[in-house]
Amino acid sequence: MKIQINGRWYKAFEGEMVLDVLRREKIDVPALCAHEAVEPFGSCRLCMVEITHENWGGWKGNVTSCLYPVEDKLRVTTHTPKINELRKMILNLLLARCPNAPEIQKLAEEYGVTITDFVPRPDADDCILCGLCTRVCAEMGFYAISIVGRGYGREVGTPLNEAPPDCTGCLACVNICPTHCIKYEDVGNVRKIWDREFELVPCKRCGKTIITREFADRLIKDKNLPEDYFDLCDDCKRDDIAKNMSKLVIWQDKKEEVKR
Amino acid sequence: MKIDSPQKLKEWRDRCLKKKAAAKNTIVVCFGPGCLASGCREVYAKFAEILEERKLKDITLKSVKKTGCHGLCEKGPLVVIEPEGIFYTRVKPAHVKDIIENTIINGEVIDKLLYKDPKTDKRIEKYHDIDFYKKQTRIALRNLGHIDPDDIEDYIAAGGYSAVVKVLTSLTPEEVIEEVSISGLRGRGGGGFPAGKKWATCRKVDADTHYVICNGDEGDPGAFMDRSIMEGDPHAVLEGMIICAYAVGARDAYIYVREEYPLAVQHLYKAIEDAMECGLLGENIMGTDFSLDIHVSRGGGAFVCGESSALMKSVAGDVGEPRAKYIHSVVKGLWDQPTVLNNVETFANVPEIINKGGEWFKSIGIETSTGTKAFSLVGKVENTGLIEVPMGITLREIIFDIGGGIKDGHKFKAVQTGGPSGGCLPETYLDESVDFDSLTKAGSMMGSGGMIVMDDRTCMVDVARYFLKFLVDESCGKDVPCREGLYQLHSLAVKVTEGKATEDDLALMEKLSEFIVIGSLCGLGKSGPNPFLSTVRYFRDEYLAHIRDKKCPGGVCRELITYEINDKCTGCLACIKPCPVDAISGEKKKIHVIDQALCTKCGACYAICQFDAIDIK
Repeated sequence: MKIQINGRWYKAFEGEMVLDVLRREKIDVPALCAHEAVEPFGSCRLCMVEITHENWGGWKGNVTSCLYPVEDKLRVTTHTPKINELRKMILNLLLARCPNAPEIQKLAEEYGVTITDFVPRPDADDCILCGLCTRVCAEMGFYAISIVGRGYGREVGTPLNEAPPDCTGCLACVNICPTHCIKYEDVGNVRKIWDREFELVPCKRCGKTIITREFADRLIKDKNLPEDYFDLCDDCKRDDIAKNMSKLVIWQDKKEEVKR
Repeated sequence: MKIDSPQKLKEWRDRCLKKKAAAKNTIVVCFGPGCLASGCREVYAKFAEILEERKLKDITLKSVKKTGCHGLCEKGPLVVIEPEGIFYTRVKPAHVKDIIENTIINGEVIDKLLYKDPKTDKRIEKYHDIDFYKKQTRIALRNLGHIDPDDIEDYIAAGGYSAVVKVLTSLTPEEVIEEVSISGLRGRGGGGFPAGKKWATCRKVDADTHYVICNGDEGDPGAFMDRSIMEGDPHAVLEGMIICAYAVGARDAYIYVREEYPLAVQHLYKAIEDAMECGLLGENIMGTDFSLDIHVSRGGGAFVCGESSALMKSVAGDVGEPRAKYIHSVVKGLWDQPTVLNNVETFANVPEIINKGGEWFKSIGIETSTGTKAFSLVGKVENTGLIEVPMGITLREIIFDIGGGIKDGHKFKAVQTGGPSGGCLPETYLDESVDFDSLTKAGSMMGSGGMIVMDDRTCMVDVARYFLKFLVDESCGKDVPCREGLYQLHSLAVKVTEGKATEDDLALMEKLSEFIVIGSLCGLGKSGPNPFLSTVRYFRDEYLAHIRDKKCPGGVCRELITYEINDKCTGCLACIKPCPVDAISGEKKKIHVIDQALCTKCGACYAICQFDAIDIK
C-alpha cells in the first residue's frame, strides 16, 4: 500500500503505524516516548500529525502517528501550523517539568521555545514520564520497575519504594531513557542500580566484566543458552572465531597444495 | 422457581400480584443514598420495634418495604404509604408511632409531615401531586422507590424479566438490535453514541467471543443516578445486559462498579444470584442455546476508570489507563475481543424499549435525543434529588418547576451540567432544550447527568478552580497535555482567585486550554479545560474583576474579600465566640468591629449572624 506524506507518496506495509513509515523515510517528526524496541504508547503527543483521506469527504484529524495504523491512500501532513503550535505548547510544558534536561532544551529550541511560560517544577529531575524504561522492563518480562501514582504525582518507581527484587541489572532502562536520567554505577565487579548491587561476571580470559550474574542466569534459563555462554566476553569470542577461521584457511590452502 | 416459558413467568407474576393485593397498606421507607445519610435506618428500626410490639392484624413488618431512592432527597428520610401515595417528609423515629396509629390504623393524614410547596406554602398530601414528581417521566427509574431491590418477586410483579422472556422466545438478535435502533436510544454515559449502532457493529465483528460491559463507575462529584439505579433496581440493569448479550452474541458480561458503592455491590450480587436461581442467567437460559454469566468487577474508585478503555484495562486487572481508540472497542475491546460498553442507565432503559417498542420510546423526547434522561439535581435549589425528565425539557423547567427554584430567595447564577469536564451555563441558557446536541453546542455537555445549580453567592472562577483541581487529582498522568497542562491551568486559576494574575495569564490559560483539548489522549483530558473555558466564555467579567479590580464579585475568594460589620448589628455578641482568631471585639448592644489584620476570612461570623449585619466586600 501507499501513503502520502507531505505531498509525496511512500510505500507502507499492513500493520505498520504512521510513525514507522516516517522514521523509515527519515521524515523529521519529534517523538520522545516511541522506540522501536517497545510497543507504542502515545504519551508525549509530540508525534501528532494531521491525517485525511480521499474517501473521508474532506474530514481532517490530528492523531498520534505512533499509534495510528497505516491504510492505503492515507494522507499525512507532519507540520501544519496548528501541530507546530501544539508541539511548542507541549515543549513549553515539558520545559516547566524538566527545566534542566539538555535533550528537552535542545528540542524546545528547535521549535523556538527557549524559556517556559509556566512555573517550573521545584526540585525538578530530568524524567519526562515517557514510560520507556518501565515498558522495556515489562516487555522483557521482568516488571522490576513501574509507573507509580497518578496525575502530576506520577513517577517511575520500584515496588513499595524498596530495592526491586525482580531487577537483574540489565541496564535496558538506562539505555532507552531519552533524557538519560536513570543513574547507575559500575565499580570493580559491582554494579549499583535501583538501590541494589549486582555482581558482574568477568570474562574468564581477559577479566573484562560482561554482564550481571543475575541477567546471565536469567538469559541462559529463558533462552536455553549453553551454560558456558557468558564465560568469555564478545571480544574474546571474536578472537576465538578469528583463530578458527584462520585454521580453516590454512587447511584449505593445504588442500589446494595437495591437489596441485 | 425456574422460568422456562412465558407462561411460567406470567403465573409467577400473577401470584406475586395477588400476594401484594392481599396486604392493606405498604409502608415504603426510602433507603436511597440521601435518606440513608439522613437517618432512614433508625426510622425503619422504629417501625420494626413498634410493629413487633403491637402485633397488628393487617400490618406486619412484611408490609414495611425498603426501597431504592424515591427521588426527593432534600426532604429525606421519606416514608410513603401505598397504595394511596401519602408522602411523609423528614420523618424521624419519633414520628413512627403517630404514622402507625393515625395514618395506618385510623386513616388520618399527619399534616406536619407533608411536603410544603415552596411557591404556595401549601401542604400536599400525595407525591404524584407534587411538581417535583408531576413533571417527571420515569423510564430508567421506573421501579425506584416502589420495589424492594433485594426481592426478585417485587421486580417480577412490576413486570420484570418479561422483556428477556420475549426476546428469547420470539426475537432474533437482529430484531432486538433493530428495535433498539428504532428507539434512537443514545448512550447515557455522556458520549451519546447510538446504542443500536454500537450493538450492530459489535455483532458483525468476527471473533472468538464478544463481551458486554456495564459501566457503573460513576465518579462525578454530586452525581448519583447510576448508583441509585444499581442500589434500587439492580434487576433492571441485569435484564438490559442479558438482552444486549443476546443481541451481540456474548457469553460473559461484566458490571464495573466502584467499591465506594457497597450497597450497589451487595444488591447486584444478590440480584445475580437470584436471577441464576430462576434460570435467567447461566447455562442454556430458558432452554435455548444462549448462555450468559454476569460478573461483578469492583473498581478502586479512580475517576479515569469511567473512561471506556481505562475501564476495560481495569476489568482485565491492569492499571486503569486509557489507550488511543483509533481501533474502537466494539472491534477490539476487553482482552482484545469485540466489546459493547454502555452505562447503567442505558441498560436500564432497554427492557422497557423491548416491552413497549422502539416507536414508543422514540415518541418521548425530541427527534435527535429520544427518551428521557436521569439527573441528580443538586446545589442551591429547594428540591435536590434524583429526577428523570423527557429530553428537550428546558433547564428552567428542571430548576424552577421540579427543583422548586433557588434556595433562600437568592438569584440564579449558573447551572453546571456534565460533571467535572462539563460546563457552566448562565441565565440566558435557561430556556435552552436539554438534549445531547444543544448542551454540547452551548459549551457544556450532557455527561452522565450531574446537574449542579449555583446562586449569586458563587464565584465562577472558584468553581473552575474547584473542578480543575478535581481533574488534576484524577488525571492518570499518562500524557503530557493532560498531566502537565491541567496542572498548570489549575495553578493559573489559583493565581486568579488570589488576585495575583495578569491579563497575560488569562490569555495563556486560553491558549493552553486550546492545546490540551487537541493534544490529550482520552476524553478526560480533551474535556478537561471545559470548567475554565465555559466559565470564561460566559463570566469573563468575573475573571476580569479578579484580575483588574482585585475583587471577587461572588464574595468567595478569601484573598480578595473583607468581612465588615454594618449598622444592622444589634450587639448580640453571637459572632464573637465562633471567631477562631478573636478578631471581633464589641460590647453588648454596641456595634461590633472586626480587626482586619487578624481576620482569616473563615466566614464563621457571617454564618452565625441572624441580623444580616455582616457584609462581604
